Amino acid sequence: MNKIIGKENLSEKVVRFEVEAPLIAKSRKAGHFVILRVGKKGERVPYTIAAADPKKGTITLVIQRVGKSSEKVCQLEVGDYITDMVGPLGKATHIENFGTVVCAGGGVGVAPMLPIIEAMKSAGNRVISVLAARSKELIILEEQVAKHSDEVIIMTDDGSYGEKGLITNGVEKVIQREKVDLCVTIGPAIMMKFVSLLTKKYDVPTVASLNTIMVDGTGMCGACRVTVGGKTRFVCIDGPEFDAHLVDFDEMLMRLKAYN
Amino acid sequence: MSDYLQAERAQEWREALRKSMKNKDRTNISRVVMPEVDPEVRSHTYDEVNKGLTEEMAVNEAHRCLDCVDPTCITGCPVEINIPKFIKNIERGEYLEAAKTLKETSALPAVCGRVCPQERQCESKCFYTLKLKKEPVAIGHLERYAADYERMSGDISVPETAPANGIKIAVVGSGPAGLAFAGDMVKLGYDVTVYEALHELGGVLRYGIPEFRLPNDIVDIEIDGLKKMGVKFETNCIVGKTISQEDLREEGFKGIFIGSGAGLPNFMNIPGENLIGIMSCNEYLTRVNLMQAADPESDTPVYQGKKVAVVGGGNTAMDAVRTARRLGAEKAMIIYRRSEEEMPARVEEIKHAKEEGIDFYTLHNPLCYEGDERGRVQKMQLQRMELGEPDQSGRRRPVAIAGETVWLEVDEVIVSVGVSPNPLIPQTFSGMEVTSWGTIVVNNETMQTADDMIFAGGDIVRGGATVILAMGDGRKAAMAMDAHITSRQ
Repeated sequence: MNKIIGKENLSEKVVRFEVEAPLIAKSRKAGHFVILRVGKKGERVPYTIAAADPKKGTITLVIQRVGKSSEKVCQLEVGDYITDMVGPLGKATHIENFGTVVCAGGGVGVAPMLPIIEAMKSAGNRVISVLAARSKELIILEEQVAKHSDEVIIMTDDGSYGEKGLITNGVEKVIQREKVDLCVTIGPAIMMKFVSLLTKKYDVPTVASLNTIMVDGTGMCGACRVTVGGKTRFVCIDGPEFDAHLVDFDEMLMRLKAYN
Repeated sequence: MSDYLQAERAQEWREALRKSMKNKDRTNISRVVMPEVDPEVRSHTYDEVNKGLTEEMAVNEAHRCLDCVDPTCITGCPVEINIPKFIKNIERGEYLEAAKTLKETSALPAVCGRVCPQERQCESKCFYTLKLKKEPVAIGHLERYAADYERMSGDISVPETAPANGIKIAVVGSGPAGLAFAGDMVKLGYDVTVYEALHELGGVLRYGIPEFRLPNDIVDIEIDGLKKMGVKFETNCIVGKTISQEDLREEGFKGIFIGSGAGLPNFMNIPGENLIGIMSCNEYLTRVNLMQAADPESDTPVYQGKKVAVVGGGNTAMDAVRTARRLGAEKAMIIYRRSEEEMPARVEEIKHAKEEGIDFYTLHNPLCYEGDERGRVQKMQLQRMELGEPDQSGRRRPVAIAGETVWLEVDEVIVSVGVSPNPLIPQTFSGMEVTSWGTIVVNNETMQTADDMIFAGGDIVRGGATVILAMGDGRKAAMAMDAHITSRQ
């Protein structure tokens, strides 16, 4: 049981929670995720950790209302408890001084991107963050991202904020302008697919953080399997981050609809 | 040990029982038949298939046991239960004493009485099997009788524990290896904490073995017994991730037992295997058993296919195919590349599966899968096989019959072709030796790893075996760790 000690609506569909989890707060690194379960009949669902405060013993989760299970979490209030939470899971992001890193986050994917932006910046990288969403209200965490980025580019589908266009337009602009050593992308699978296609064209190494269906999150079930470089890999223990250019995004998109 | 067995056997009541009936009359009794729920009825419910013996059946079966001078049956039991002592207690009507006898060496008697492959263990070493060439005493059924009797009596004994010695021991994983280890260590007075990654305790007993073979209530009661003895349990805690090896040392743990299991399913890596509707047996069984996905109120979904193929011939494959039947499969099939004779599943599981109308495609091996436009599996291609020369395992090797393939319509496929050791512990612990298969290397006598404070057992060492072998490892490790810690004090 983990107590919720903070809740803030980042947008109509996106909620930020601060949750008591002293052991996870202490051991987690950028890129790690947790699995939550709400209620005794609840499903086990993975969420990437957006931030942690080891002194306070809390972690931050940013959750978008997309279905029954995320809705259940979002209905919890300060003082309520999450029935089960386990983590940190997955492999941490590989952080080093690559040179110039483009961090391309779409929608709620900006939240798990935040700790990576922070870590990349403190490793000495020049960090250019590209945030994208359908419209202005759905751009989240801009201020926090800006704090750790050398430059922030905002893209909206409808042009209500920043520049009008897709995330790929923003990323392409940077690649055409200067040498990019690494691109990290987190967001909807379809978005990551197109970012990956773009960076492949320019031969920019790219890492994508995949968000597949999971049950246990510890390698036990294989529900999360994806094809990477022609081989079946488990997102929960081999990932969640993979070389985006080797990921079979079409298969992943298909598998995400398994229970729809 | 043998002195203890002889002293027990020499007790007056045992002598009196032996004299009360001629051996010839004992051997003339035929072996009891376990009452079962009707196959047609049970293939639509989760009720336990085996109903358990009646008192009359149990006592009658107990009469068959000759209380041998040299009880070879015990040598077939990985946890060395004093088999004649518990059976003779049943014969004289002291059922609670029988249950206590089981608990002297077994942490989970009600579980073992249900899921042990007794025909390959104690019962294969029974005097009836070895010398009389008759059906062995139904040791497993009697074990279950005694354990169930105690549970239903409401008078559940808590084994005695030595005075607390204050020495902290950590156990990684609450499956059969960890529970057996924890039970023995707490009896010796240690301060034992079991860490479990999932939100429920029991490991494979919970997520793997279905309700109709091992009801969850039984697992709960066995774990409650351990709690009463003083074992502490922490769920949602992954050793190596949530807390590290160093954290455990810093918190003053003097010994660690790793029983993290073989939780990494194997796939066949054939075309189309990632289509929707194809999953590992672990995923399928975890959804149904742990997450109760078949309950309409559960948020966890599960496929309820009408034409379900399960690939494999082990106990897990039988569990999966029989579960699929219960979830409404009109055609539930086992696809196995060898013949029935080579199947690793228990004879009883195969028999139960057949009674429930499971189709067996033996000597067939999957080649590939094809799906519809949405990526859902629709059919699988099978290669027909024949048996060739024996391989390293001694079983005749399956060989493809050139050109003989067949397509089978399916809407769900469950891949049950074995498991590999879970990599989390080998990846996050230092100081141990790990094989290229990912299993942890231990001294076979002591279960000690290269790090002398860490012991390991069960599938993380064996790579995929049975509940009772895992429990045997846990017992062995407890004895050896106790000796190791004592010798250093």
